[in-house]
Amino acid sequence: MSRPVLAPVRSTFRALAATIVPEAGSLAEDEWQELEAIVEDYLARRPPRLRRQLRLFVHVLGALPGVRWGRSFQALDPARRTAFLAAVQDAPALLLRRGFWGVRTMVYLGYYSRAAAAAEIGYRANAAGWEARP
Amino acid sequence: MSPLELTCDVVIVGSGAGGGTVASELAPLVAQGRSVLVLEQGPRLAPAEFTGVELEMAPALYQDDGGFLTAEGTMTLAFGRAYGGSTVVYTGTSLVVPERVIRGWAVPGLAHGDVVERSRKYMQQNNVHLLPPGEINDNNRLFVEGCRGAGYQAEQFPLNLKGCRGSSLCNLGCPNGAKMGTHQVQLPEAQRQGVEVVTRAEVLRVEERALLVRVHERPAGGKGAPSEWQPGTYRVAAGTVVLAGGSIGSSALLLRSGFGRHLPRLGQGFTCHPAHILVGEHERPITNDVGHPKSYYLDRAEQEGFVLETCMYFPFTTAKNMTGFGASHSAMMHAFPRQQQILVLACDKAVLQNRIAVDRAGRPVVHYEFTPAVIESMVRATRAAAKIFFAAGAVRVHAPSADPPYIERKDAARTEELIQARHFSPGKTTVSAAHLMGGCAMGRSAADSVTDAWGRVHGLPWLRVADSSLFPDSLEINPYVTIMALADRVAEKIVQELKA
Repeated sequence: MSRPVLAPVRSTFRALAATIVPEAGSLAEDEWQELEAIVEDYLARRPPRLRRQLRLFVHVLGALPGVRWGRSFQALDPARRTAFLAAVQDAPALLLRRGFWGVRTMVYLGYYSRAAAAAEIGYRANAAGWEARP
Repeated sequence: MSPLELTCDVVIVGSGAGGGTVASELAPLVAQGRSVLVLEQGPRLAPAEFTGVELEMAPALYQDDGGFLTAEGTMTLAFGRAYGGSTVVYTGTSLVVPERVIRGWAVPGLAHGDVVERSRKYMQQNNVHLLPPGEINDNNRLFVEGCRGAGYQAEQFPLNLKGCRGSSLCNLGCPNGAKMGTHQVQLPEAQRQGVEVVTRAEVLRVEERALLVRVHERPAGGKGAPSEWQPGTYRVAAGTVVLAGGSIGSSALLLRSGFGRHLPRLGQGFTCHPAHILVGEHERPITNDVGHPKSYYLDRAEQEGFVLETCMYFPFTTAKNMTGFGASHSAMMHAFPRQQQILVLACDKAVLQNRIAVDRAGRPVVHYEFTPAVIESMVRATRAAAKIFFAAGAVRVHAPSADPPYIERKDAARTEELIQARHFSPGKTTVSAAHLMGGCAMGRSAADSVTDAWGRVHGLPWLRVADSSLFPDSLEINPYVTIMALADRVAEKIVQELKA
């Protein structure tokens, strides 16, 4: 069994997730656990190198704002969190853009794969197709 | 422990459009005493296991859950891995390759008329037809209207459906078994005639007239039946070996087996129709996640190097494919019932740097750089799609090559100005592809290709290729019918040789 990726960086990951999907900030603890379990399950099937890179990148995103603002990502206000992630997303270095894309994708996987999120956004696809629509 | 030794006359690697076709064409030989074996890496799912739930179906049916990343980390590639291969997860769009594409390939011995004739054979076999107007949903209707308003002419996709209920879940495997892929048509018929199909069978290496195969156990909690064979390692000797594992699968298998030494073009010429998913937001809810998702297209391949297709994806896939994050991204996701979606595909050309390789462990590695021509095609396609959205009445459009990536209705006249190549940023802009082509191209000799026009690997008459890796360049349309037509040619030669 592979080592969990998110556990060592959980508080940073949750702060990132709540910035990437603002509604995630309102999740209850059991909903966070569901989101993280989806991500962990996906990562458990990926090569160890990719799991290490993702954990390291979350850690870097947590610490990097210290260079400019003197505090961690979690300690920033919402506007600065957004500004920081926008800068990473537009960074000249492909490595940074790719890394953020990977983190962002994991957040979307965890958040939008939940049945509750599908209901929240009004997604109604059903195997019965037209017959399931009034 | 030494591998279990088995023999057969023909072994086919892969059960998708190529492998399924070869299996069905060779099936009558079984009654004449020949043995035909199909090895499929993925599982075989029972009908009830097709739930349409994204989180369950993506890992069950796709390699890397549909998120196979290129070496540069700037594009994800989606390809199926199941009984029926990618035919389980496509939308059933059935087009015949244009004459100009086959002429451009310039493969000696491959005539357009022959490909057309064979394509029609499989379109008939797969019940290809046009959906009646009453089964077209708003997402598709708005595309047709938008095309008209923007000065384009949309065309309707012929589809290979039987008993479609309009679940919209084609890309997660039809929960109603309505899509006539090889898992529904060619493979069951081949098995009825005595062809043996073994799932969860990963081919490790190709040897001289033989394959080294590892059969995997069914993972705990995973979907699909256990393999037909006991888990373990096998060596399958065969008079003829047919590779139909797809562009990446077949190329990587030959590369890790050492064939690259004699075939310098092996793995080269990879193309994939790089794609964006574009989203338009309407004021009122539309029918989008019900009904067939991909009923119309706009073919601008010849004139402008792109194709637009209707599409409708699932929550995570939609979220991933939209650029950005935060409140604006979230607002567009919450507009899901009002979303119209268009898939833009660039018609990329085979270039030297885009190729399939393997790492030290023999795993496939795909190198793909976006050439300026591809970026320009995607930008032109995005502009056209934005115009179509607005002409259809959208109030806001998500366009990945705009910065910010949302264009409001008041700016509809400025799409040319707002959507620019300089905003296409690899690593930021999500690009995905599902039409994976090339790597074992047909051609004249080993100097310019891997096989001849009949899929025979140069210098190795016992080894054939029968999948999209044969394409010497981009097909510029959805590929499965052409794959079946080429596989039909491969099978025909094998039958002739076995009878002789």
